[in-house]
Amino acid sequence: MNGAPRIAPAGTRQLEARIPSGPIPEKWDRCKFDSKLVNPANRRKFTVIIVGTGLAGGAAAATLGEAGYHVLSFCIQDSPRRAHSIAAQGGINAAKNYRNDGDSVTRLFYDTVKGGDYRAREANVHRLAEVSVSIIDQCVAQGVPFAREYGGLLDNRSFGGAQVSRTFYARGQTGQQLLLGAYQAMMRQVGAGTVKMFPRYEMLDVVVVDGRARGIIARNLVTGTIERFQADAVLLATGGYGNAYFLSTNAVNSNATAIWRAYKRGALFANPCFTQIHPTCIPVSGDHQSKLTLMSESLRNDGRVWVPHAAGDRRPAAQIPEGERDYYLERRYPAFGNLVPRDVASRAAKAVCDEGRGVGETGLSVYLDFAESIGRLGEDVIRERYGNLFQMYEKITDENPYKAPMRIYPAIHYTMGGLWVDYNLMSTIPGLFVLGEANFSDHGANRLGASALMQGLADGYFVAPATLPNYLAGASLPKVGADHDAFREAEASVTKKIDRLLSVKGRTTPREIHRTLGKLLWDNVGMGRTEPKLNDALARIPHLREEFWATVSVPGSGAEMSQVLEYAGRVADYLELGELIALDALERRESCGGHFREEYQTPDNEALRDDESFTHVAAWEYAGDGALPVRNVEPLAFESVKPSQRSYK
Amino acid sequence: MANMNLTLQVWRQGGSFGDGRMVPYDAADVSPDMSFLEMLDVVNERLIAAGEPPIVFDSDCREGICGMCSLVVNGVPHGPDRGSTVCQLHMRRFKDGDTITIEPWRAAAFPVRRDLVVDRGAFDRLIASGGYVSVNTGSAPDGNAIPIPKDLAEAAMDAAACIGCGACVAACKNASASLFVGAKVSQLALLPQGHPERAARARAMVALMDNLGFGNCSNEAECEAVCPKEISIATIARMRREYIRALVTGAGR
Ligand SMILES: Cc1cc2nc3c(=O)[nH]c(=O)nc-3n(C[C@H](O)[C@H](O)[C@H](O)COP(=O)(O)OP(=O)(O)OC[C@H]3O[C@@H](n4cnc5c(N)ncnc54)[C@H](O)[C@@H]3O)c2cc1C
Ligand code: FES
Repeated sequence: MNGAPRIAPAGTRQLEARIPSGPIPEKWDRCKFDSKLVNPANRRKFTVIIVGTGLAGGAAAATLGEAGYHVLSFCIQDSPRRAHSIAAQGGINAAKNYRNDGDSVTRLFYDTVKGGDYRAREANVHRLAEVSVSIIDQCVAQGVPFAREYGGLLDNRSFGGAQVSRTFYARGQTGQQLLLGAYQAMMRQVGAGTVKMFPRYEMLDVVVVDGRARGIIARNLVTGTIERFQADAVLLATGGYGNAYFLSTNAVNSNATAIWRAYKRGALFANPCFTQIHPTCIPVSGDHQSKLTLMSESLRNDGRVWVPHAAGDRRPAAQIPEGERDYYLERRYPAFGNLVPRDVASRAAKAVCDEGRGVGETGLSVYLDFAESIGRLGEDVIRERYGNLFQMYEKITDENPYKAPMRIYPAIHYTMGGLWVDYNLMSTIPGLFVLGEANFSDHGANRLGASALMQGLADGYFVAPATLPNYLAGASLPKVGADHDAFREAEASVTKKIDRLLSVKGRTTPREIHRTLGKLLWDNVGMGRTEPKLNDALARIPHLREEFWATVSVPGSGAEMSQVLEYAGRVADYLELGELIALDALERRESCGGHFREEYQTPDNEALRDDESFTHVAAWEYAGDGALPVRNVEPLAFESVKPSQRSYK
Repeated sequence: MANMNLTLQVWRQGGSFGDGRMVPYDAADVSPDMSFLEMLDVVNERLIAAGEPPIVFDSDCREGICGMCSLVVNGVPHGPDRGSTVCQLHMRRFKDGDTITIEPWRAAAFPVRRDLVVDRGAFDRLIASGGYVSVNTGSAPDGNAIPIPKDLAEAAMDAAACIGCGACVAACKNASASLFVGAKVSQLALLPQGHPERAARARAMVALMDNLGFGNCSNEAECEAVCPKEISIATIARMRREYIRALVTGAGR
């Protein structure tokens, strides 16, 4: 690709973050105090649509149902309990300081702002740290069986980017247990009649009436019918967009459609290039691969990462003597060692593989070795801590990690970017709120381990239920019927898109195109980004999109259960979103957190931020198909934590 | 291990397949490193490229935790590996030339919606009837206010590990949901947080189980044998004790 770099039009929109005034520790209290309330007797008159039943959506449905609102809850899976959050393994952070190791709300706040490489909104992060404490209490009361010490009190482990032990866990199934807690609370409301459930539904559009979100269009995935749902507010809790990269640790139904369609209706998309690559995943085994399996970060508590000193050393791990092994994380980052944050660990793994020191058949993996811990603690202790992960590893690879080191490699795992929201979690479409991984709010350019579960539950149990009433009480929300023009128009546009997918009748499967897109994004918009690679991606994605619309095969009709149709619709959206990710990465001419531009690095290969030019959120505004989106900016102010070069040495 | 050629016999239902029948498919050039579902993906890729409707089956996490996948492989829910879901089954478990039958869960309470996809909404209704602790958001005491002995917490976690896949029902000749209900009743009966509602919970969940069309448990233990999380039938015994206790004491009415 030659020619000048593309410049997206700079927006002039004033983004109102609505951060409450006052000192940072008082902002959340002030926000709650200043909020208008909805009288309990009036709450059932308000209908609230919640799309998604992961930690964020499930918790919100339960809490708003308990408060008495009329809640409609949608999810793709056959039961709310199966949302992608179920797969989270390692744990959830909270500033409880039960270990008395110096933790506090302030420290969790500080670690998260620093971990995000100073690209998150301070006030949001502080609130997250504050409510983290109540989350644990709530979950324990629900019967979540967290791990405990012999004295009967809650146990903690350490996660990357922190020097205190503040991660609560339930074996290797923390996400499952937290989600089941939220799901059960939500099902209690289903029983009580406040929440109505719509499983196997896919939201395909937001309906905006007089500038406010007033409903959704969704497809019944069993019958194929397109249905209209009206509400007074819509909450999206639809998860991240990591699956744009084809191979990721996300569940196969995780997708970007809900937030992408909302973007096309006027919600701004913030920092799409802030994607997280997790350092410890099971490496790719072949073309048939449908997803990548994560090996929890908690393993880095007891596992040591290494590669051979010499490039091209093909000996099995056991035959490489201690002196010829390079424990490169311990060497480069003596203070944090194997527990450096994810972006740092992933880049370090890529660097050693680029030097030809990677291991395994493809040379695209590094060792995660438990021999020392097994020697020190015994195999039983390791089995108790990580048994299910070791078993999962063995099932997939046919190798026994108690005997030989695991092989791991980075993979797309999480997306910090997402729909732009103000302090109240409301997007730029009034009445459209965005919760959990689907929003951009708390993790800046890099998320710390065990903080996504914390954020999902914070948003769902505590934040949205406190900020939504203020909107409902203050807005004028006349009744709208399902025959309103806006609903008709939205339904027609959804139907048109489906018909178009069905009518191509080509020979290429949606998966083939998705795989090609994913590989392009991984190679060019992955761990090491450069201007030429980004321009190359921007040149190629439109062609891929054309190829998709000219050759895709979607057999069958729309009036039935059709997974290939669902998937094709999602791939069509990735083909647009992928371009925005690349464009955002191109325009952010600095490195920060998970966004590493090779042109901008320190002499020892760390991310080099440009605070002068980029201490801001890039919030992209849709400008019509074929037009370059507009890049708006929300400046970030750091009043409590002074930005510095992140150091984990 | 070399790649394999296999024959699949797959249950297709709905659309042009009407009320359902077994349909043969060739699965050629299958790598032993593929997962079972990836093998089906590859078969589907060929069908889609040829413009034919692909085989519909449920899956999501593909790592054994969401409980979405639900195939009966050669007559066994989740296939031949013990303690694992069908998404964790790998093709190295099969031999070149094998014929593999693939069917959906079969149970009156789980109607088939399409091909290999069933409706497990009955499990949601069971949880809605009492599988929770009634504690509104924001009203909880400090997490460490009630110490819980480690062994009790571990036993509760063993029961809580249930992924709600429904293999237990599919394996049971009576299509009983006792292992599913037993697991939830046990988890919450073991923990102090679940105690205030334990009698009402046992009553409600057991009564609804009968109403939803699940059969009775006759102690065959087929459920335990196929459970991907190896939940013990001791949870069924606990559920019975909880239920009888509720009846005898009259609690939870
Ligand atoms: C393997 C793995 C392990 C992880 N481990 C940890 C960990 O240990 N600690 C941690 O803090 N974080 C972890 N994470 C991250 C964390 O799990 C996620 O960020 C978090 O669970 C997201 O929750 P959510 O509620 O935002 O969305 P999700 O749980 O992704 O839920 C999305 C919901 O939206 C629904 N949905 C999506 N689109 C539509 C649509 N169009 N129509 C209708 N419904 C829709 C889905 O059906 C689903 O119900 C892990 C992630 C992965 C992939
Ligand atoms: S797909 Fe989630 S358990 Fe099999």
